[in-house]
Amino acid sequence: MNRPNLRLQATTTRLEGMTLPSGGTWARAARTSARERVEEMGLPVRRDEYWRFTDPQSLVVPEPLPAAPIVDDDGVAFPDVDALRLVFVDGRFDSEASDSLDLAGVSIERLADAASRDIHWAQSLFGVLEGEGQKPVARPLATMNTAFAEEGLVIHVTEAVARPVHLIYRHVDDRADAMLHHLVKVEAGASLTLLETGPAAARFNSVMEVDVAEGASLHHVRTQGRDHQRRTVTHIFARLASKADFRSFTLTFNGVLTRNEIVVTLGGEEAVAHVAGAAVGDGDFHHDDTVFVTHAAEGCESRQVFKKVVRNGAVGVFQGKILVRPGAQRTDGYQLSQALLLDEESQFLAKPELEIYADDVKCSHGSTAGAIDETALFYLRSRGVPERDAKDLLTLAFLRESLEEIADDRLASDLSKRLEGWLARRR
Amino acid sequence: MLDIKNLHVELEDGAKPILKGLDLSVGAGQVHAIMGPNGSGKSTLSYVLAGRDGYKVTEGSAHLDDIDLLALEPEERAAAGVFLAFQYPVEIPGVGNMTFLRTALNAQRKARGEEEVSAADFLKLVRQKAQSLKIDADMLKRPINVGFSGGEKKRNEILQMAVLEPRMCILDETDSGLDVDAMRLVSEGVNALRDAGRAFLVITHYQRLLDHITPDVVHIMANGRIIRTGGPELARDVEANGYADILAEAQ
Ligand SMILES: Nc1ncnc2c1ncn2[C@@H]1O[C@H](COP(=O)(O)OP(=O)(O)OP(=O)(O)O)[C@@H](O)[C@H]1O
Ligand SMILES: [Mg+2]
Repeated sequence: MNRPNLRLQATTTRLEGMTLPSGGTWARAARTSARERVEEMGLPVRRDEYWRFTDPQSLVVPEPLPAAPIVDDDGVAFPDVDALRLVFVDGRFDSEASDSLDLAGVSIERLADAASRDIHWAQSLFGVLEGEGQKPVARPLATMNTAFAEEGLVIHVTEAVARPVHLIYRHVDDRADAMLHHLVKVEAGASLTLLETGPAAARFNSVMEVDVAEGASLHHVRTQGRDHQRRTVTHIFARLASKADFRSFTLTFNGVLTRNEIVVTLGGEEAVAHVAGAAVGDGDFHHDDTVFVTHAAEGCESRQVFKKVVRNGAVGVFQGKILVRPGAQRTDGYQLSQALLLDEESQFLAKPELEIYADDVKCSHGSTAGAIDETALFYLRSRGVPERDAKDLLTLAFLRESLEEIADDRLASDLSKRLEGWLARRR
Repeated sequence: MLDIKNLHVELEDGAKPILKGLDLSVGAGQVHAIMGPNGSGKSTLSYVLAGRDGYKVTEGSAHLDDIDLLALEPEERAAAGVFLAFQYPVEIPGVGNMTFLRTALNAQRKARGEEEVSAADFLKLVRQKAQSLKIDADMLKRPINVGFSGGEKKRNEILQMAVLEPRMCILDETDSGLDVDAMRLVSEGVNALRDAGRAFLVITHYQRLLDHITPDVVHIMANGRIIRTGGPELARDVEANGYADILAEAQ
């Protein structure tokens, strides 16, 4: 294989100082194989087509760039939601600060514990969906995570769980370099709401592998707030069986670099996947949503709704693909990516794609970038709404369509308030 | 109340002159109607008074009592009492009607140093006004004008006017697109607001509206100017005979 020097160098330099975490037989095997896979494919470089709009360098280099944490209580979303709260500080599980792991209908273990056993159900998932997600495009940062992440949670949902599980990521050390690898397996007919909030670390690499069985559902809502200097790369790999329902929404505030990849395979008939996001940023904010949805079975529905508000030279990126495999008839696929550019310095770079190999398919996509609608702005002002308030109203209106993808109104309204706060602080 | 003197306006980009020395004076308590051929500048006048971007005032002035309107931002003009019912009301997805109207009312009150209206009082106020205009309360839960019929949009403009209680009401073809019953409701809404401290400038093409809202003064506008001013009979004359004679005479 022809590996350019640059990539080889970047890969060798990064992996040199890293050691595989200790673990039992299955974990050791999975991690060793992941390390071999990373060495084989190499870490990403700017030249890669898949990284055309986002420079991966700061995610790849051995040492993270420092990022000052914002320490206040406002960083944790959903304060009023009664959830099982599990806290990570700079990527380390903090059992003191966390609730006990007991919750009816679900078993939750730390990855380190599950990995230390010689046999565990997690071996059927760990690195497996990530591995399958390497085709047709390589996602080596996720593979590196499989090899080297020590921490994470192994979540096995067997019933309809009444309380959400809330993962809270605190960032304390301005040089914290964190990797988390979560596994979520939702058994047939079971359901869970999983929340994630917080900035996590100066550099954060997270992978979540999600297996949603027949008729099961996972509702995932996360916020990535507000430490601006942080650099984040996340991957969600989800596999859906028939009639499974997966919803994932991400709200991002600030951040000089965020790359959120979501890879969803609708593998059973009539499965439903909705992935959505809202991102707001200023100045050297750079936010990249990269989504790959595969329809591999009949009668499935997928929706992507991604909205970004950028100002003062900030950059939004969207790469989204819907792949409809041969035989995936009656597919309903939808993809929308839009950016509101609050000034002429800000940019939106988008690459929406459809690739369809079945004939009975309903697929649509749309991607737009535009400024505040002057006519609407004047209409509001002519009724007495001051210009800034009017702009905020229109900005929130623009984002609303993505927030509507959140099935739970309480969660949606909490996030909506946070957005109002973010806008208000920028006046 | 409203005093416009020798107003010259052109488009900001093209330098195309639209208003060419317009004089108009509307006294408190009065209703003035403006009629005139398409493209004569009636909507432009209403936009310039409300403060829309894209126009350049090259000469002249517009005052509301002693307030220099042209020096104010649109929201300041609104707080001072100017209201424009748009010829084409704007649809704004994602912003609820009620949220919008309450934000507007309270922003105006705040700008005037008055107390904000509570959510409960506001709801009561809007319900009552909506009822008299036969506007379905459910409609108000929807985003601004989204999915409203042409006539519903016009009625919504009048609802906003009734809630905001401006002193200087400018209605730009509020009658177009209204069915007979809606025309009556809207006119009743306007007539209910007529009082000594308030003035109306009603832009229309048809006598029909003026049967319901009797104007004190009727102006004919053409080519960026008022070319004839008279009483209600002037509107009937236009309705019967068109503009040809008046235009010819003004030449
Ligand atoms: N933004 C603009 N760009 C280009 N031309 C404009 C603009 N605004 C107004 N005009 C032109 O100025 C003239 C006056 O337009 P205006 O809308 O004020 O007329 P009006 O009297 O309201 O007409 P109508 O009875 O058809 O509503 C027209 O020739 C119109 O085309
Ligand atoms: Mg007009």
